[in-house]
Amino acid sequence: MSTRLKYTTDLDKSVLINNFEKRGWIPVGPDEDWNFYWATVQTVRSIFSVESGYRLSDDQVINHFPNHYELTRKDLMVKNIKRYRRDLEKENSPVSEKDEMGRYIHLDFIPTTYMLPADYNLFVEEFRKNPSSTWIMKPCGKARGIGIFLINKLSQIKKWSRDNKTSSFSAPSAKDTYVISRYIDNPLLIGGKKFDLRMYVLVTSFRPLKCYMYKLGFSRFCTVKYTASTNELDNMFVHLTNVSIQKQGDEYNAVHGGKWSVENLRVFLEGTRGKEVTDKLFDDMHWQIVHSLKAVSGVIANDRHCFEVYGYDVIIDDNLKPWLIEVNASPSLTSTTSSDRIMKYKLISDSINIVIPPGEGPDVRWNKIASRDNYGNYELLYDEELAAQEAVAQDAKGKVGRLSNKKPSTWK
Amino acid sequence: MSLSDENMKHIVNSLSEEVLTDKLNFEFLKAAENEASRLESGLADLKDYVISGLKQSGHEQKLANFVLRRLPHIKQLHHHLTPEEHKKEPITYIRKSQLAWEKRIWKSLNSMCTELSLPLARKRPDKDFKDMNRKWSELGSDEPNLSQIRPVYAPKDFLEVVSGVKNPNCNDFPLYNNWGLIQATLKVKSLHELRLQYSHMSINQAQSGVDDLTRTPTDIFQGERNKLAKKVIKSCMAGAVQEFLKKGSPTGCRNQIWNSILGIEIGDEEKLYYDQLKNSVLVHDLLVDNLIYKDIKLTATNDDQYFVFEDYLYQVLLPFFRDLVILETIKKSTATPAKSYIRGKLGNEEYAVFYPPNGVIPFHGFSMYVAPLCYCYDDPIMLYYVFRAFYARFFHHLHCVSSHQQGILSLSLLFERLLQQIEPQLFYHLCSIGVQPLKISFKWIIRAFSGYLCSEQVLLLWDRILAYDSLEILAVLAVAIFSFRKTNLLQIQSFQAAEAVMNDLTGLKVIPLLQLTLFSE
Repeated sequence: MSTRLKYTTDLDKSVLINNFEKRGWIPVGPDEDWNFYWATVQTVRSIFSVESGYRLSDDQVINHFPNHYELTRKDLMVKNIKRYRRDLEKENSPVSEKDEMGRYIHLDFIPTTYMLPADYNLFVEEFRKNPSSTWIMKPCGKARGIGIFLINKLSQIKKWSRDNKTSSFSAPSAKDTYVISRYIDNPLLIGGKKFDLRMYVLVTSFRPLKCYMYKLGFSRFCTVKYTASTNELDNMFVHLTNVSIQKQGDEYNAVHGGKWSVENLRVFLEGTRGKEVTDKLFDDMHWQIVHSLKAVSGVIANDRHCFEVYGYDVIIDDNLKPWLIEVNASPSLTSTTSSDRIMKYKLISDSINIVIPPGEGPDVRWNKIASRDNYGNYELLYDEELAAQEAVAQDAKGKVGRLSNKKPSTWK
Repeated sequence: MSLSDENMKHIVNSLSEEVLTDKLNFEFLKAAENEASRLESGLADLKDYVISGLKQSGHEQKLANFVLRRLPHIKQLHHHLTPEEHKKEPITYIRKSQLAWEKRIWKSLNSMCTELSLPLARKRPDKDFKDMNRKWSELGSDEPNLSQIRPVYAPKDFLEVVSGVKNPNCNDFPLYNNWGLIQATLKVKSLHELRLQYSHMSINQAQSGVDDLTRTPTDIFQGERNKLAKKVIKSCMAGAVQEFLKKGSPTGCRNQIWNSILGIEIGDEEKLYYDQLKNSVLVHDLLVDNLIYKDIKLTATNDDQYFVFEDYLYQVLLPFFRDLVILETIKKSTATPAKSYIRGKLGNEEYAVFYPPNGVIPFHGFSMYVAPLCYCYDDPIMLYYVFRAFYARFFHHLHCVSSHQQGILSLSLLFERLLQQIEPQLFYHLCSIGVQPLKISFKWIIRAFSGYLCSEQVLLLWDRILAYDSLEILAVLAVAIFSFRKTNLLQIQSFQAAEAVMNDLTGLKVIPLLQLTLFSE
């Protein structure tokens, strides 16, 4: 079936429009009958809000979940993951095992984090255990490195202590709430420079969880040599990898934009550190992503019309342990370089092929099990439904269920 | 082929001479002393005891590895009356071309000096010395003013020279005239000979770079390959490692495999030597430093595969141009390192120094010889020695006119001959629209494909260079790429269009291409 779908979008981005046009889709306005809507998070929120009274029909697909912020707002993600760990512990799940220091063995993948001002006292208690440590302050509702700073003394955040509220009656708004996280001050350096990873993850359903990992992620490099020295705490070119920050530096190179593909990273790590540790690193990252999604799968409104492409930010430390820093609901579709544009074009194209199988119209009643032929550069990360089927099949063969196996069997 | 007694004697003599000047000799003496001190029985057994001790401690294997490494590079035996320049390059017209070329680049370097009123070398002021020392691991961040500096020569200029080399004894009778650019008459291998040489790469043998890419059986193949790799590395037998490498190396073992074949071990002595080179960088500011800076800024810094390694490249290349070990290699080749004189002593041999100290004047793209290695070695000192070994063994052949089988002249000729043989229609089409294939492939060959292919593919290619101890694979790959893009090339009508078709090679997988060219039919 080759019906020409009707699309609409809030974003005037060439990587989107080119994709739609290539498919011969017809542009329509957001108020008309569309099949595919690439919307901003605000639009999606208002479409799904009670007041709008909007009802999506079976042939409409949209690119965000209504309350994606459970995962993508810094404070809520931390809250959800903490709750998820506690829940697993109550169930006595082997996944929630702790070491003798009281740290989770398998679920310790976000840096210690507190909300400010809410958790101020908890934070102070933690800080006093390690008075020389460095922490990073991020405003909850902002992105692209805006408003971020590093601290290593309590006096620098006195403002957020509970006793120091100027107007004690008003509750703090999202504007002045911050998350404070232990700063990963031993990042893995390549060529002396710090970097973080941007990985794309497509979720087509949260219950059952169905997610895909994009193979063409990239690492973003700081332009300035990394130093853990406290004199440089104010120099954001050393610490923040955000392109929007690095772009302002003198050393910014517009040809590659400080971006290095994940494939290159993999070849480098395998070549210099060996295959085993590299494989483990990537397995660990996949593991984290699945569990961060599981942590919110209970609270996300799992609307059948929705899918979402998340931008995961990960930092690797010098022990090759990955740390999940944050998740973005609307990863930038602006292209900084030509290879960036090609990659993002493919990302959109491959995402559409999984969400709306080629040759078929959008129908939200389908089982959302994409054919392997439509994966493109995606690989299946986890499909709860398929994993359950597999487990049943294994039980039928009389094998013991692999409970102790930490990794879901659909990986690889 | 059996060796004559005389030849054998020559080889043994040269090898033992080399061993004596190598640090291996010192190591052996120390080990022997060590063994002797443990002798308990009578002195009469001393010799046997020490020898068996050396065998057991792996020193015999080390010696065998050394011989294996050096054997292919022993200079052939000359008659005692052979003049020196003849030993360097036996063919007169080629020797003359190289000399003329050297004069030209030397002149261009000199005129740049005069124009910009820069000295070839000067002592760094104290302040700069300290500055540079402090910033040694981040030299990329502080960039000297390079706007005036231009590369001394580019592959394009060198191609002109290479294609201008002509045998004066050969007449211009049209039948003997080559279709291609290369007019030198040298013997190059036939396709059949290459097939025999590269028989381990044939399609019926599983390879790294092909069989680890497919979906299902990859884990099995990779697992086996990794196991075998660890085994040969552990054996310390360079010969076995080299055999293994003929089918490519798993990414995770490549650094150890290459080290084993190149004989690289980093001890205190190597570190000290590197430190001395580093110090000489700090003390003297050379004009070639600027050329290197400029080259890195123009190539690696802008390359989305290599930019992260920019700072490593300075740490390797700046010391490299001061390394006298390289000078010795260059002196033995066709090239004659340029000499410079201390100010006011022009022409006085007593005050002559080689310039640059290692005898090499970099071309545009030189730093790409180092860049791919950064994917295997994360330590600048290690990186330095591996690069130096690669350069001395292979890369210096790529920018010097010589009759050597590995030289750029032979490789270019090999490329043209093979392409004519395998793709006559394509070659004819390209020539008829005035596109000489070598004009496209020359830049690939001179850089050993670095910067054109994606890094992983470059490493797989260099695996084969090292394993077969030959650069000929570069010419074969260039032909393979032409074959692969044949359909498109047959449709184009201009040089620009041909360049556009051949512009992006990053998607290519080199090993299947090589197999296709060598073993199809």
